[in-house]
Amino acid sequence: MEVLLQLVLNGILLGGLYAMIGLGMSLIFGIMGIINLAHGDLMIVSTYMSMVLAMQFSGNVFIALLITVIVMMIIGFLVQTFLVNKVVDKGSEPPLLITFGLSIILQNVLMLIFGADAKAIPTQIASENIVTTPWFSISAIYLINFLVSIVVILSLHFIMKKTYFGRAIRATSSDVVASELVGVNTKRIYAYTMCLAMATASIAGLLIGMTFTYSPTTGTQYLIFAFGVVVIGGMGNLVGTLLGGIILGLSQMLGSYFFGTAYQLFSGYIVLLVILTFRPQGLFAEARK
Amino acid sequence: MLSQEDNVLLKVENLEVHYGDLQALYGVSLRISKGSIVSIIGSNGAGKSTLLATITGINKPTKGRITFKDEDISGIRTHKIVSKGITMSPEGSRVFEKMSVEENLLMGAYLPRARRKKEELLKRVYGLFPALKEKSGQLATYLSGGQRQMLAIGRALMVDPEVILCDEVSMGLAPVIVKDIYHKIREINQEGMTFILVEQDVKRSLKYSDYSYVIVKGKIVMEGPSSQLPEEEVKDAFFGIHKYA
Repeated sequence: MEVLLQLVLNGILLGGLYAMIGLGMSLIFGIMGIINLAHGDLMIVSTYMSMVLAMQFSGNVFIALLITVIVMMIIGFLVQTFLVNKVVDKGSEPPLLITFGLSIILQNVLMLIFGADAKAIPTQIASENIVTTPWFSISAIYLINFLVSIVVILSLHFIMKKTYFGRAIRATSSDVVASELVGVNTKRIYAYTMCLAMATASIAGLLIGMTFTYSPTTGTQYLIFAFGVVVIGGMGNLVGTLLGGIILGLSQMLGSYFFGTAYQLFSGYIVLLVILTFRPQGLFAEARK
Repeated sequence: MLSQEDNVLLKVENLEVHYGDLQALYGVSLRISKGSIVSIIGSNGAGKSTLLATITGINKPTKGRITFKDEDISGIRTHKIVSKGITMSPEGSRVFEKMSVEENLLMGAYLPRARRKKEELLKRVYGLFPALKEKSGQLATYLSGGQRQMLAIGRALMVDPEVILCDEVSMGLAPVIVKDIYHKIREINQEGMTFILVEQDVKRSLKYSDYSYVIVKGKIVMEGPSSQLPEEEVKDAFFGIHKYA
């Protein structure tokens, strides 16, 4: 019984991290209508970047994160402006091809620079438990992941609802022509949306580096998690993404409990498949035109 | 009454527009005087919406020139053209469905010049369209056709432009609502706004405008001060009666 409780707790906490991973993908698909196949790899790039910077700054992950976020936002802006914006209005295939190509390039660049061995960002908190009771314990890093996710999602929600910038993003996603007609530079908005997605991906990347091991090809696995989160939760809905992450996390944990740890990832994907079959727009999707 | 030579705000010269191999506009020329209401009358497929879309930068011209206040604006991006003082209430209103009425209007005042005076602009729009004020918190997607059209015009007003293009504001609306909207357009015009109205309704277009152009199959076939254009002749041209097509 305690084991089950622990697993449910871990599932929820981990779900927060998964939500963070799916957030960037949800933003880009929700606003621009394109699927960024390089999302997972861009995230892992930021993980490696944080790792290198953390070593430079004697383990200070905050400075590492700050610099990583800024660099990744610039990379995102450039990728959007010079690559993706060229094909964003040309149908669904060109963006898939371009981001797929980007994904391959990124994985191989990482492989060249860092080699194929698994790495980790070693920090004190990663191995500590912050709460220990006879019935369950909460690992510090899991709790941090969850809390950071909540903060990021709430911040994004605030930006979207209460700022002119957020309104411009929502308007662009609603109707590009009407947005241009009130003076919105919609291509620039797409670039800024990519920046936001990169910022969240960088934060997720650092957390992943501190929680799990990673290697140049880990990005693909997280891309699939991101898909899972977005499909379960529904596109373009911030709260839905959070719930999607939690459901994915819970499915994995409960699956591992009932079927064995080897079935952890598999259970998550079975739930994803079921939801895709009966409610393909996601559990909490808003109707998209 | 302004003659077309006084104070030309917007000039379109020999405009040609193609969609791939299909030509939509054949050497269209217009002059829009400051403070006037100009109507462009034509049936479906005549090229009216293409013309408006090209003026606002949504389409690029293949040949010809568009000048606004003596500045060449041909082919530049829509948001840049808007920042210079031209906007449009597009065909079908195109309101931001998932935003409230007020958010839609506030989006109209996105550019810095308008954003600075957004409260004042909002008050003016609500004064002109009390129905919008009533529904200010409601999502645009729940509005009726007439309310959406008012919202589209209101949003265009929030841009604080010099020229507003209106693409078929009467489409799908009850006559009494259309009349109300046209009266409001006249009111706004009397405060100094220049309007270009694109319509299929000949009688109404002639009645509410100072100057009219008739467009048939991508060409201007007739133009003149609206009060001097005989309705029957305009209708003949409109329906493509032989001598004009």
